[in-house]
Amino acid sequence: MAVPALALDQPAVREARLDNGLKILIQEVHTAPLVSVWCWYRVGSGDERPGHTGVSHWVEHMNFKGTTNIPRDEMKGIVERFGGAWNGYTWIDQTTYLETAGSDALDTLLFIEAERMAHGLYEPEECESERTVIISELQGGENDPDQLLDTEVTATAFRAHPYRHPTIGWIEDLRSMTRDDLYGYYRRYYVPDNATLVVVGDVDREDVLRRAEAHFGRIPAGSPPVRRRAVEPNQIGERRVLIEREGTTGYVKFAWHAPAATDPDFFPMLVLDAALTGAKGTNIWSSFRGAPPQRKARLYTALVERGLASSISGSLVATAEPFIYSISLTAMEGTALSSLEAAALDAIERVRERGLSDEEVARARRQLKARLVFETDSVTNIAHQLGYFDTVVGNGFVHGMRPAVDAVTTQQVNDVATRRLAREKRTTGWFQPLERRA
Amino acid sequence: MTTTVTRGLSPARQVLANGAIVLVQETAFSPAVTISASFRAGSLYEPDDLTGLAWLLARVIDRGTATRSADSIAEALDDRGVALKVSTNRHALTASCTCLAEDFPEMLALLSDIVREPVFPQDQLEKRRAETVSLIRQDQDNPAVRASEALQSLLYGPAHPYGRPAKGHIETIEHVTREDLVTFHARRFAPGSFTLVVVGDVSAARAMDQVTAAFDSWKAASASDRAVPPIAAATSRRETRIAMTGKSQTDVAYGFTTITRLDPRFYAYWMMNNILGQFGLGGRLAENIRERQGMAYYAFSAFDPSLGPGPLVIRAGVDPRNVDRAVAAIDAEVGALGREGPTDRELAETRQFLIGSVPRMLETNQGIATFLHTAEFFGLGLDFDRRLPSLLHAVTMDEVRAAAADVLDPERASLAIAGPPASARSESETPFGAARSDAG
Repeated sequence: MAVPALALDQPAVREARLDNGLKILIQEVHTAPLVSVWCWYRVGSGDERPGHTGVSHWVEHMNFKGTTNIPRDEMKGIVERFGGAWNGYTWIDQTTYLETAGSDALDTLLFIEAERMAHGLYEPEECESERTVIISELQGGENDPDQLLDTEVTATAFRAHPYRHPTIGWIEDLRSMTRDDLYGYYRRYYVPDNATLVVVGDVDREDVLRRAEAHFGRIPAGSPPVRRRAVEPNQIGERRVLIEREGTTGYVKFAWHAPAATDPDFFPMLVLDAALTGAKGTNIWSSFRGAPPQRKARLYTALVERGLASSISGSLVATAEPFIYSISLTAMEGTALSSLEAAALDAIERVRERGLSDEEVARARRQLKARLVFETDSVTNIAHQLGYFDTVVGNGFVHGMRPAVDAVTTQQVNDVATRRLAREKRTTGWFQPLERRA
Repeated sequence: MTTTVTRGLSPARQVLANGAIVLVQETAFSPAVTISASFRAGSLYEPDDLTGLAWLLARVIDRGTATRSADSIAEALDDRGVALKVSTNRHALTASCTCLAEDFPEMLALLSDIVREPVFPQDQLEKRRAETVSLIRQDQDNPAVRASEALQSLLYGPAHPYGRPAKGHIETIEHVTREDLVTFHARRFAPGSFTLVVVGDVSAARAMDQVTAAFDSWKAASASDRAVPPIAAATSRRETRIAMTGKSQTDVAYGFTTITRLDPRFYAYWMMNNILGQFGLGGRLAENIRERQGMAYYAFSAFDPSLGPGPLVIRAGVDPRNVDRAVAAIDAEVGALGREGPTDRELAETRQFLIGSVPRMLETNQGIATFLHTAEFFGLGLDFDRRLPSLLHAVTMDEVRAAAADVLDPERASLAIAGPPASARSESETPFGAARSDAG
């Protein structure tokens, strides 16, 4: 009788490190003939300096454009040959590349990731062509008023910390950066001692290790820059931002400074968010895509059920340093943003003053624990969670999440609500739609 | 629990005495279960003057039953961390959720109650109606949605069920009464139009018993089916432009009507579309528009056949100043593949990719549930996942060439373009950007 694969089972994860510093995490899951390979780098837009915003993400794009041993034309189709899907993403603390394919692709996938780490080409004409692709990506984002507001609110919430600028970068930086800026950044950060390779699926652990050694072992260690980020000064007064633009729908967004993943406030805050807006879980690759269970959540009952908002959502993500906790509201047709904001703050203040009930906190904990199961429902998602938390927070964290959620008390949740959701810590943004010109 | 899907699916299938179809697939991946209930109650069956009725019904059906208030349903779901999703398409309404295995009996009972005994409380109808109006207003501000909906309307005509927007129009949504919901439910929700799929950490035999107990007593007469009204394929090029000042990027939607899912040419069309706008980053389209010309973050095509002739839709988001260049590039790729067909290498690569993709389609419980619903809906058989490779193997170059020649003619393309006028975007506008972003 086969033992069912437990989605995130610490003893099931084999951890190793090559001499050049590359960390490797392997979990065997034999329920389907698939393997998911992710290569994670500890670099993201939070590591960028002024004038070079967006460089991490642009570098990510360039790393799909061919290597010494995989010419660009062969890059296309190399994963598809195994029925595979591939992608990558960049965010504030991390950049990652993934492939999920038939398990017979394992060796090829490791070869691709080793090539990506050491042998990117960065042809000048490819860099130029990608510049306009990324500007197009940025412009597509601008078409969405909620995303526009998100960028402005985030930039307003931070004075000093590099989490303030959007991962895609500011457009003037995208226009002015050069091929050498990209290549230099790539060479500094894409070294084995700044990376974690994650392999999950229908594989043999020792076989993965041997192959990883063969593909990555000869890549020399680098000296990845030590992460030194400005410390955000304490916010002492509410900040506001108003966007007035052509549109049909109004949006309100609140942001407060959030605890980093390792802060003792993190799990109480995660439970607080679940009680306010419904539990999303912690997998930013998959969990944030559908609506969470939220019909009993405080802000849903206060705003959606009362006809003031057509939707509400909250976002608390595990990050290396304190990012923001945001609550986003879409105004119901005909609702003034001032009324929506007032009703939302009224509901939040009630939580801060009178606290959540034990029943609400218990429900939030149950929701989160269920989401921790749902968000590891595939080899791809298990690999994401292993790599994400190892890269962003540190090894072992991911396995402690369930007990950490279990241990959160009502008092802790009410305490973080009082301390962290204070008015002087808040940034409030409005998107006020204007009539479209004929 | 030892079942795995390493060697393909092995679903248990049963037709209950009342005609309801039940499919159960055991999986051992994690202690969770996906339940998915589907009815032939999509937008095709709406009265012509109540466009959006099925969409609105999907938002109200889970807000109160004969024995459960909206609040008690909310509590049952939220207490277990379950997000119930009720969605509609042209033909079907599907209510699905994923729950912990230990919660399966309660969630099954809840789902049964919701689909069989909804009461559509008036206050809930009003709330969900107002939300839907707000969503339609949001869509009106979204160039991608505007272009896509305008294209559907061009391809099928504004009154055809495939040409109407799923959410309806504000005017039609405002006219839906509680009586309309009750009538639509009574006509379309019956065991004879019902398929339930259960996938996950359950015993198939026990789950089958539980499902039978939950649905066996249900008696309701099925309404007659409705054929998809005929369509007239385009004989000339058609184009519509929607001006949206204040936006940064223009969305192009370009397409054709094609064939039905049950047409024997389906697999050739599937491969043709993969070559045109799917393979890799987005087939030939992305290779040209994104990779060679650096014009767009996304350029792809989607082929969506159903019981009626579905569309093949090409989409790209471009700088307003590059619209004509992008359309010229689409015309060039469409024309070339239509005239010359694919290369041998393209055909081989696409075939290998699609065959190799089957295990990935079945990676999650939700993926398996979707696959089983599709197989059941179109009568493809319980072993469809295992037959699919040979069906793809059998497709010849001539068949793919013929598929391309049948459809891909720029002279018969329909285009909808939504975005700012080319001169409206000033270079000095404040920049904003995406947070997380995927490469592909």
